[in-house]
Amino acid sequence: MTNKPALSRNQVIGIAVLLVAACVLPFFIANYRVFQLTLALAYAIAILGLNMLIGFNGQISLGHGAFYAIGAYTAAILMDKANMPYWLTIPIAGIVCLAAGFLFGLPALRLEGLYLAIATLALGIAMPQILKHKAFEHWTGGSQGLVIIKPEAPEWLKISQDQWLYFFTLAWTVLLFFIAWNLLRGRVGRAMVAIRDQPVAAQAMGVNTSIYKALTFGVSALYTGMAGALGAIAVQFVAPDSFTLFLSFSLFIGVVIGGLASISGAIYGALFIQFIPNIADEISKAAPWAIYGVFLIVFMYVMPTGVAGFIRMLRVRLLRGRVSQ
Amino acid sequence: MDLLIHQVLSGLATGGIYASVALALVMIYQATHEVNFAQGEMAMFATYLAWTLLQAGLPYWVAFFITVIVAFVGGVVIERVIIRPVENAPILAVVTVFIGLLVIFNSVAGWIFSYTIKPFPSPFPEQPLFGNAYLSSHELGSMGITLVLLLMLFVFFRFTPLGLAMRAAAQNPVSSRLVGVRVGWMLALGWGLAAAIGAIAGMMIAPVVFLEPNMMGGVLLYAFAGALLGGIDSPGGAVVGGFLVGILENIVGAYLGTELKFTVALVLIVTVLVIRPSGLFGKIHVSRV
Amino acid sequence: MSDVLLQVRNLHAQYGPTKVLHGLDFDVKAGGITTILGANGAGKTTTLRAVCGMVKTQGEVVLGGERIEGKATENIVRMGVAHVPDGRGTFLNFTTEENLRMGAYTRKDRAEVALDYERMYTYFPRLKERRRQQAGTLSGGEQQMLAVSRALMLRPRLLLLDEPSFGLAPLVVQEMFEIFKAINQRDRISMLLVEQNASLALKLADHAYLLETGRVVISGTSESIRNDESVRRSYLGY
Repeated sequence: MTNKPALSRNQVIGIAVLLVAACVLPFFIANYRVFQLTLALAYAIAILGLNMLIGFNGQISLGHGAFYAIGAYTAAILMDKANMPYWLTIPIAGIVCLAAGFLFGLPALRLEGLYLAIATLALGIAMPQILKHKAFEHWTGGSQGLVIIKPEAPEWLKISQDQWLYFFTLAWTVLLFFIAWNLLRGRVGRAMVAIRDQPVAAQAMGVNTSIYKALTFGVSALYTGMAGALGAIAVQFVAPDSFTLFLSFSLFIGVVIGGLASISGAIYGALFIQFIPNIADEISKAAPWAIYGVFLIVFMYVMPTGVAGFIRMLRVRLLRGRVSQ
Repeated sequence: MDLLIHQVLSGLATGGIYASVALALVMIYQATHEVNFAQGEMAMFATYLAWTLLQAGLPYWVAFFITVIVAFVGGVVIERVIIRPVENAPILAVVTVFIGLLVIFNSVAGWIFSYTIKPFPSPFPEQPLFGNAYLSSHELGSMGITLVLLLMLFVFFRFTPLGLAMRAAAQNPVSSRLVGVRVGWMLALGWGLAAAIGAIAGMMIAPVVFLEPNMMGGVLLYAFAGALLGGIDSPGGAVVGGFLVGILENIVGAYLGTELKFTVALVLIVTVLVIRPSGLFGKIHVSRV
Repeated sequence: MSDVLLQVRNLHAQYGPTKVLHGLDFDVKAGGITTILGANGAGKTTTLRAVCGMVKTQGEVVLGGERIEGKATENIVRMGVAHVPDGRGTFLNFTTEENLRMGAYTRKDRAEVALDYERMYTYFPRLKERRRQQAGTLSGGEQQMLAVSRALMLRPRLLLLDEPSFGLAPLVVQEMFEIFKAINQRDRISMLLVEQNASLALKLADHAYLLETGRVVISGTSESIRNDESVRRSYLGY
């Protein structure tokens, strides 16, 4: 069976341009903006993970912030208690979350749609409470959380710490996006989509639906967990109140705004959830989230299938226009 | 033993509130196959409205009824103006609109009324009825109000033509149109009722948890849990589920401490769902392949 | 033309990007029965849906002198058009009685509505037996009777019937078509009947139109079509 065709020449050029821009940008903007972009990259990875689950596999999670938190805390605890170098914590956070996601995905197999949404919602709410709990205080630092020491850039590169963290995160982003792209356009991706669209038929054709669904949960948690670790290092601190339900909602919103079943959508979504709150804040200091809410609603009126869906629709229209000429 | 009885009875009182909100959630779900995540915030906002009327000097029950009516109208307007444009959009887009509403209500409430907690009066006397040691007058009173409310809703849906039409519109919108039912307005009516129920729930819970913008978060979640436990397509189940959750919350809180009571209650509910995915009274959907 | 109740001119209809009807013209005379015949996929069901405003249309649909294309279904219904859809559209979770009650939803004359319940039970005694039974548990034939009764509870001017014979035993179908004739003659209810069973439809109706992939290919009185051997052989299969 053939894989879907690789990227067209235009797409390759586009991505190359984007990468060059991404590498050059941090040298032209303030350190604070670099930090914001680093965080946006982390969110993009997290949103890509969630999109695999929701967009490609047709499940749902309103509590993915929990996996982001697990990844973040794994990195923080390893650095704090085991003196592990920061770059090693990222893949470990990923593996921990892969396991956690898979374990959650197993009982979740029995839940569908709304029930799964509420169960994951429960997970998202429970996580900060668990993190604050006295029993784990020794590890998690309780309500105060843990501080992470900002990694130093290597001596021979004359760049600031913020810039170094940005490139570090960018490298992980490129790697993880590439892996996801390969995964999703091959057999695995087709199986996931088949399960989303016609689960019974997929099963009849020999796809082990249960394992795939639980694994998808695991992989999606892996991505979000690694994003959490990267985010934590950028922010230099973890505390239970950084990982509330609102984070889970933001990730979900990122998926919808970006567009379901779209890899590029993750980037649009991440930019939205990172920068729109800032813009809302500038519009109204008094009730910034109200402005954010209005943005959300208007966005859904105009682009219910997200940015990627909107672009797809434009392309189809243009194509149809060209064909009918 | 005494403590247990007290917890169970107290649980029934809060359970009644969860049951009403659960019913509102199920009503909207049955009609639209969507869950209104903004339900709690709308209820909170309505409660603030009541508070404002009370501050202005209006007697309690006058403020109560005005609030319920304004909430009803508000619900209808929100459905027609804000939800209608995304009626046919993909379900996740609709969920996002709900989240948007949630965030707007929460933020505006915080802006207008600030985030400091405010006391909210109960219309029921301080002393427990008949000097009993189990239930405060407020608990008894709110149980009474929620029971009356649920009874009225039952009568409305079962025995009135409009109630029948609303159930028809929820069950089969296409056929409903074919008998002349204005399905869009039935939906709006459903939202109005849900908003009114939420307002009543808010006014009953505010004296207990104090009025602040995040007050309804816990209530909404417990109401969800109750609706799911009972079965999201069973209004009766949602009511029973709400009461059960109320009792569960109290018992877990009393014996396992209050910080984890929410987590434990949710874990228990999720466990039930894993064993019986459609809830206790939900219909098991058999779909033909 | 005061004796034409429903006049359709140049009707186009589509589902999304797929066009199904390509410029239909047909009439239903006041008090008459018109049938639309054709194979599966010819667009018969779509035609009824178009009249009711259930699909996107272009063209003219005139009911009793008023233009109704573009109006919402529920408003067209309130003008006296009752549609018995394919699949029957029964409210499965309601009882038989509640289904009938929904049929009379838009009516305000309570006394007459009560009389109409009795009338339906006279036409279809089996429904009276199963009054309080959940409609989803009725047999196919009973659900069809229920669907027709529900439509009649509206006291419509125009009754749209979508393949009423589908899936029913021949004897039941016979009964039902006799009731249609009776209703038409006694209560002067005009009917637009879509049927695959051409011979049955041609016996009941006075006018017929034959549809093929969304276009009218043959039209005329049912007698002329019945007597035209070549049409019967090539289009109607008998």
